[in-house]
Amino acid sequence: MAWIIFALVFWGAAYGLNIWLSKSPMHATRAVRLAVPVVFGVTILVVWEGLVRGLGVPRVILPPPSTIAVTFSGELSTLWVDFVQTFVKGALSGYIIGCGSAVIIAVLIDRSPFLQRGLLPVGNFIAALPIIGTAPILVMWFGFDWQSKAAVVVVMVFFPMLVNTVQGLADTSTMQRDLMKTYSASYWQTLLKLRLPAAMPAVFNGLKISTTLALIGAIVAEFFGSPIKGMGFRISTEVGRLGLDMVWAEIAVAALAGSAFYGIVAIIEKGVTFWHPSQRG
Amino acid sequence: MRSILPILTVVAAILVLWYAGAVGMNAKWAQDQAKRAGVELSTTQLVADTWSQARPRLPAPHQVVAELWQTTVQKKITSKRSLVFHGWITLSATLLGFVFGTGAGILLAVGIVHNRAMDMSVMPWAIASQTIPILAIAPMIIVVLNSIGVQGLVPKAIISAYLSFFPVVVGMVKGLRSPDSMQLDLLRTYNTGGGSTFWKLRLPSSMPYLFTSLKIGMAASLVGAIVGELPTGAIRGLGARMLTGSYYGQTIQIWSALFAAAILAATLVGIIGIIQRRTLKRMGMM
Repeated sequence: MAWIIFALVFWGAAYGLNIWLSKSPMHATRAVRLAVPVVFGVTILVVWEGLVRGLGVPRVILPPPSTIAVTFSGELSTLWVDFVQTFVKGALSGYIIGCGSAVIIAVLIDRSPFLQRGLLPVGNFIAALPIIGTAPILVMWFGFDWQSKAAVVVVMVFFPMLVNTVQGLADTSTMQRDLMKTYSASYWQTLLKLRLPAAMPAVFNGLKISTTLALIGAIVAEFFGSPIKGMGFRISTEVGRLGLDMVWAEIAVAALAGSAFYGIVAIIEKGVTFWHPSQRG
Repeated sequence: MRSILPILTVVAAILVLWYAGAVGMNAKWAQDQAKRAGVELSTTQLVADTWSQARPRLPAPHQVVAELWQTTVQKKITSKRSLVFHGWITLSATLLGFVFGTGAGILLAVGIVHNRAMDMSVMPWAIASQTIPILAIAPMIIVVLNSIGVQGLVPKAIISAYLSFFPVVVGMVKGLRSPDSMQLDLLRTYNTGGGSTFWKLRLPSSMPYLFTSLKIGMAASLVGAIVGELPTGAIRGLGARMLTGSYYGQTIQIWSALFAAAILAATLVGIIGIIQRRTLKRMGMM
């Protein structure tokens, strides 16, 4: 009972604190903007802990955050092996191959308006389909190890990336292209000095969308078969053994890896597209 | 309309590549079989064989279409082998989850726009949720709900709901904030209250954003329902067809389930697109 009361009191106090913070004259400062969501997140963890302990929820249904943290720190070596298998070998290699080939093909088809008009609708159409369904097929073709996961990731990130890059390459004004023409710039000079830099905001948009898709693809592909390591493998087997604290620990790893991956791409974007209006101010 | 010819060309190119790929990937099996039978295959025989194997590595397009035709039109829809039956199982979970997910998402977006405390505490998390693979908790939801006796439609719908929830929140917040300060100022000079500003300005101008996020949410819901069918070894639904197909090496079955899922996704997103065009035209926004 004490746990429940503690959780409710903490929730009330945090609620009041956040309301006060957001109404205070300092609500626009950086510290407060950061503090409010942190308070919200901590409150969720505390209420979760308090309710699970207070109501005696069985650990096979919902383990409290403290148990998950203990498992997390106790199983660091396993989690690291899984992380390397799924993220570094599966997701990252597939991400690089998929995004790289999409950009190259986008530059190639960019010379032909005919191909562009044909590929853009088809690419947009395919990007909206449940491509994750190709996972069983690719696992059958490339075996259980990370190669098949990388293949799933390649298929998943390819079309969003292609569509974004093609749109980005078209993102120059006639005036700018005419200027290059008055300099008598060749196709390659125009491409390297004007159109590729101008395409960067759209390219990075595609890269950022692809970070999440890459992780999802790598994890879900492991549900269809994998060697005895990997985040998706661990999640599906531990769920079967009702070791939910381990499942939550893997999910924490996936969340950390996903947001770190996205964050790194966003930082690179900031450096590359510093000139774009969305990055100023 | 002038892009029909290019699109057809691209589709035709894909089909040609596909048939060529089927020859390449199935040739080894065909030749092994021929060697065992002690016959030499001519090129035409080889090609014909690679396009008509029962368990090819890559089924040819016409095999997939034939399987789709057989399992949709020629089977009774109550049959366990009918793709319409499996498709409906997946579709019902998708739609239920979609309705709840987008409904809750729109409500939360309205709250976020009108309450600064909510905006500052929830919004960063909603945005951060877009960068993490929340699909990974799908197996856990299925198994945990199963252990407390809830199974069938509801667990899959929950996964669909939370996958469509966050994109809708983020999109709708953007939409409800899209009126510029000039428009908001005008309503202030009319002494309009918060309620009328919402109904007369914010909600109408959020419509384009709403439809865009509905399309994303629908696609996410379908993926959620399909993935929700994987972990427990479900026997019904499009995801289950893919899973059993991959267990028993029935490649044609996997491909037909994949195409059924793709057709379903395209139809659902297409319906939203039609509603979008009609609505925006009536509102004079297109």
